[in-house]
Amino acid sequence: MKFFRNSEAVIGLIIIAAMILIGAANPAFWDLDNLFSLLQSNIIIGIMALGVLLVMISGGIDVSFPAVAVAGMYLTVHGMLLTQYDGVLLPFLAATLIGLILGALNALLVYRFKMIPLIVTLGTASIVRGLILGIIGTSMINIDRFPKVLINFTKSDIYTVVKPDGTTSGMTSMLLIYLGVALLIHIILKYTMLGRGVYAMGGSAESASRVGFSLKKTTFFVYCACGALAGFAGMLHSSMIWLCNPRDFVGMDMQVIAAVVLGGASIFGGSGSVIGTMMGVFMLVMVKNSLILMKVETTWQLVVLGVILIVATAFSAKRDRKSRT
Amino acid sequence: MNTDFDSRKFLKRDNNLTQLVLITVFIFVAMSIVSPDKFLRYYNFQSISFLFPEIGLLSIAMMIAMLTGGIDLSIIGIANLSSILAGVYFANTIGTDTSMSDSQQLMHVAVGAILALGVGTLAGVLNGFLITRMRITPILATIGTGQLFTGFALVITGGPAITGFPKYWAEIGGGAVFGVSIPFLIFVVIASIVAFLLSRTVFGINLMLIGTNAKAALFAGLKREKMVFLSYMMSGFLASMAGILLSARVNAAKSDYGNSYLLQALLIAVLGGTNPAGGKGGVLGICIAVLALMFLSSGFQIMRFSIHLIDFIFGAFLVGVIILNMVLEKRRGKS
Repeated sequence: MKFFRNSEAVIGLIIIAAMILIGAANPAFWDLDNLFSLLQSNIIIGIMALGVLLVMISGGIDVSFPAVAVAGMYLTVHGMLLTQYDGVLLPFLAATLIGLILGALNALLVYRFKMIPLIVTLGTASIVRGLILGIIGTSMINIDRFPKVLINFTKSDIYTVVKPDGTTSGMTSMLLIYLGVALLIHIILKYTMLGRGVYAMGGSAESASRVGFSLKKTTFFVYCACGALAGFAGMLHSSMIWLCNPRDFVGMDMQVIAAVVLGGASIFGGSGSVIGTMMGVFMLVMVKNSLILMKVETTWQLVVLGVILIVATAFSAKRDRKSRT
Repeated sequence: MNTDFDSRKFLKRDNNLTQLVLITVFIFVAMSIVSPDKFLRYYNFQSISFLFPEIGLLSIAMMIAMLTGGIDLSIIGIANLSSILAGVYFANTIGTDTSMSDSQQLMHVAVGAILALGVGTLAGVLNGFLITRMRITPILATIGTGQLFTGFALVITGGPAITGFPKYWAEIGGGAVFGVSIPFLIFVVIASIVAFLLSRTVFGINLMLIGTNAKAALFAGLKREKMVFLSYMMSGFLASMAGILLSARVNAAKSDYGNSYLLQALLIAVLGGTNPAGGKGGVLGICIAVLALMFLSSGFQIMRFSIHLIDFIFGAFLVGVIILNMVLEKRRGKS
């Protein structure tokens, strides 16, 4: 029974069962091509979800990260075009930094003014999006203007197969970046005082501060990290699709939160893991991907997503209740 | 001791309202000075009286969910879904049939309205069920149902807007009686009923008590679950009423209408003195807060600010009010 209490194991089983079912319904699921694109779709939403995971473990919530991601990528790509800058590392650093600063703004409002995180981050999301669209512009930066360096940077593959018809399909090496970020967050959460402080604060802020964790430091860390990861993910996203659209990521907030909750994190804070979140993201992406594969009209996506979120939260609410009594 | 507590609470509430009225007057005066010829025109106030009701109803719906410490993020989904279903009903009954008599059309419009309100109430029932029976936190439950309702709306319409509502429907959103807009009249009636329910009935008092101290309310023998359930039902009903007004005003219904309304409803609820942690809030505060926001947005629109910048201003306003409240609270604590 202990096995089933472990949410990661349960999600793992559900994923395997779902894969077998989907594969049986449409064998095309197992094509390397499809699996590659499935994994590729995990990268951006996964990096964002890891940031949200940090915030949620600490007992907060952040819905501003899609706006932050837009700010990171749109400002940076615009800057690159203006200065004719020709490099990869600096733009990514810049986008991450933009995210970090906006995250710090969230942290300041949440910590200093003791306001409910949902309301604060809804407000900052509106501020950031409004500023970007209202002042910087609403037009997309298309492939013909998109910096070539970034396109070349994301073109590399880890592994390539040649299909029978002569075309190739490859697994993008950007996956390694995702795995690297995940490993980093995992190490921070598991093995550093900072990470343990995040769990402690989510479990009980009062107790955490009494045993000596700085709530200020922890709050700033989680929101800054969430913002930084969002900014970075935004930049990576536009580099991967060779397009920079300031209206991108609308509705992404709910999906990412769904994935994190699906991965076993509790909205009350104190629980959640990197592995669980990655599985939650995988599950969500797989369902979306497979709806298309099974020729379900794309308009049904939101309905399926809503049902999954409701069922997952109902289960986790039940689990939380059991473990408390 | 009991009366002492009450009077202090009343005073505090009054303080907030005074502050709110001052902010509203300030915005009004500022806008009048900046663009007196356009802002102070009759037309401007008339258009406000048509926009005011839908956002007002959504904010009241949000406020009711907040009274018990919850939140309802599905109100926009509910509003759109109910008006879309009404639209589908009209397409199947009235359609392009121009020979239909007026009384028949009126009957269909009434059925459509009842259908929309029924759907909204049912949606609220689903929220209430998930929150009280399944014990899902309101944030997550209503995020989930919000996706679900918007999803159904998308499935039904397939994406594009439903248009061609009957003329009597348009009358609900665009008509006027003796120069007063019909949506505004509807709003006044509904807001008065809600205000009465919240301040003068057992239901309203119970909601406040549950929000103030859930445990004490439980020990006092209040039926917490039932009350919370009813509050989400009411929130759903009000959201669908807002949906009716919105679709009647623009004569169309779409799955992603009014997306920016969610933030505005939250902002107005908080600005109107609702405590997001529960236990405090009222219709009067909401009405003044809507007015403040309406002056703000129409003023900036007159100055030709882009809609995106107005989104920015709303967000900044929300954050600004949070900070202002914090500072004032501190000062009050010191003196």
